[in-house]
Amino acid sequence: MSSSTANHGVTGNAIEVRNLTVDYGTRRILTDIDLDIPSGKVSVIMGGSGTGKSTLLRCILGLKQPTAGSIHVLGTDITKASTRQLYQLRKQTGVAFQGGALFSSMTVGENIQLALREHTELDENTIQIMTRIKLDMVNMLHAEHMMPSELSGGMTKRAALARAIVMDPKLLFFDEPSAGLDPSTSAELDELILMLRDSLKMTIVVVTHELESAFKIADRISIMGKGTILATDTPEGIRTSSNPEVQGLLHRKPRTSVLDTEAHLKALMGVRS
Amino acid sequence: MIKALETLGATVLESLEMIGRTFNLLLVTVWEMLQPPYRFYPIVRQMYFIGARSISLIVISGVTIGMVLGLQFYYILERFGSTDLLGSGVALGVIRELGPVMTALMVVGRAGSAITAELGIMRTTNQIDALECMAISPDKFLVGPKVIAGILSVPLLTHIFDFVALFGGYFVGVVMFSVPEGSYMNGMVDAVQWVDVRLGLVKSLIFGLLVTLICAAQGYYMHLTKAGSQGAEGVSFVTTNAVVLSSISVLFADFLIGALLQ
Repeated sequence: MSSSTANHGVTGNAIEVRNLTVDYGTRRILTDIDLDIPSGKVSVIMGGSGTGKSTLLRCILGLKQPTAGSIHVLGTDITKASTRQLYQLRKQTGVAFQGGALFSSMTVGENIQLALREHTELDENTIQIMTRIKLDMVNMLHAEHMMPSELSGGMTKRAALARAIVMDPKLLFFDEPSAGLDPSTSAELDELILMLRDSLKMTIVVVTHELESAFKIADRISIMGKGTILATDTPEGIRTSSNPEVQGLLHRKPRTSVLDTEAHLKALMGVRS
Repeated sequence: MIKALETLGATVLESLEMIGRTFNLLLVTVWEMLQPPYRFYPIVRQMYFIGARSISLIVISGVTIGMVLGLQFYYILERFGSTDLLGSGVALGVIRELGPVMTALMVVGRAGSAITAELGIMRTTNQIDALECMAISPDKFLVGPKVIAGILSVPLLTHIFDFVALFGGYFVGVVMFSVPEGSYMNGMVDAVQWVDVRLGLVKSLIFGLLVTLICAAQGYYMHLTKAGSQGAEGVSFVTTNAVVLSSISVLFADFLIGALLQ
């Protein structure tokens, strides 16, 4: 066992990010990020658009190599891991992408079965049963033979979630679970995330900009702004944070010009004339 | 002037980068395909898509080109009173040059563009990232079967093209212009040697690799180019690029192979 693996066991953190810096060309996207994701909890990474949430997630998933810093996921430093080590690690993680990223040439059932077929020696009958169990968990049993193009936004996200949990991962990543969904479907997904944490003891990382959803599901919330972590605390701690940037995000308001409808319309007409 | 040089330099650098990435994709794909588990069904599926579904196009274009070749050769040979050489001319032209090149260009248009578009869309919709996150190598799962199917399908299609093109030439020469059947067939058999067949085969194998690899690389690495952030327009751009690049590569490789294996 490597020293980093031992460290993972002692600290109880599923993910440890240290001094993470990411540049795209000459533009700095993430600056010196430190972040701990505790095991068995729902951790929410929250922030406005363009604050670097998605880049941070891509780095943690090993899809983007950072400029500097280290990322330990389940004890493995993925910034130094070989492709084989990354693949071994990824067998213990699941990812539900924002748009679902379901394979469009396969049915929902085939999407879910893919990882089982590639990584296990299970017989066809067991694969079918496991597929149905996972589909039932996300209330999508009726959609097993549907193509991804036939699914609604909420159904796509639930199917993506079923695919993400098919290997019973220790660590589940969920990118913008509520984006583009109506309140009732969004609430259903929130319930699902809590159910997965409680029943399967998964460590869950949710990246979102939806305040209501974040406060409902999170054990810990990390607020991002301008490529850094502004604060990490419990939902209550974040609510009462004295950090003005955190409070700015929690009480965000539309642009002042939009609030003054008449002035806004006049301005627009002025542009036209 | 400086601006023009900068643009030229950037274009050259981007092209060199793309060549490097394409070569890297080939190496990684070969390495990944050598690792177990070995799955043959995806290769068969791709052979059906690249090969079987191109047969009608290959047959139509083969017959047409064979007829055009027969017609043109007949008019030229008639001036010299050598129409008995028609079979030799059509056979050598088709087997050595037109068969492999035209088949590869048809595959570029029908299957190559589809490969680029498929991989480009998969890239923009995070499907390739999803495969990575599921610990499934996209090189092995997506690119490998397409490249192997290309290497196997293009030679088979080329032989079908050759056969129907020779028939097209026969139809024009023997049926339309009453060239003696014996002289057409004997001319064909006498003129074509094993070296000509081998040349056509080597060309079609290399074209199969080039077409599928270039088209796959254009879609697969779409996110690393300017088109990566342009969504549907980006997919259209890389697909056009793939068709142009793979067609030029086929023609250039045709010259090189012809010169080296003459």
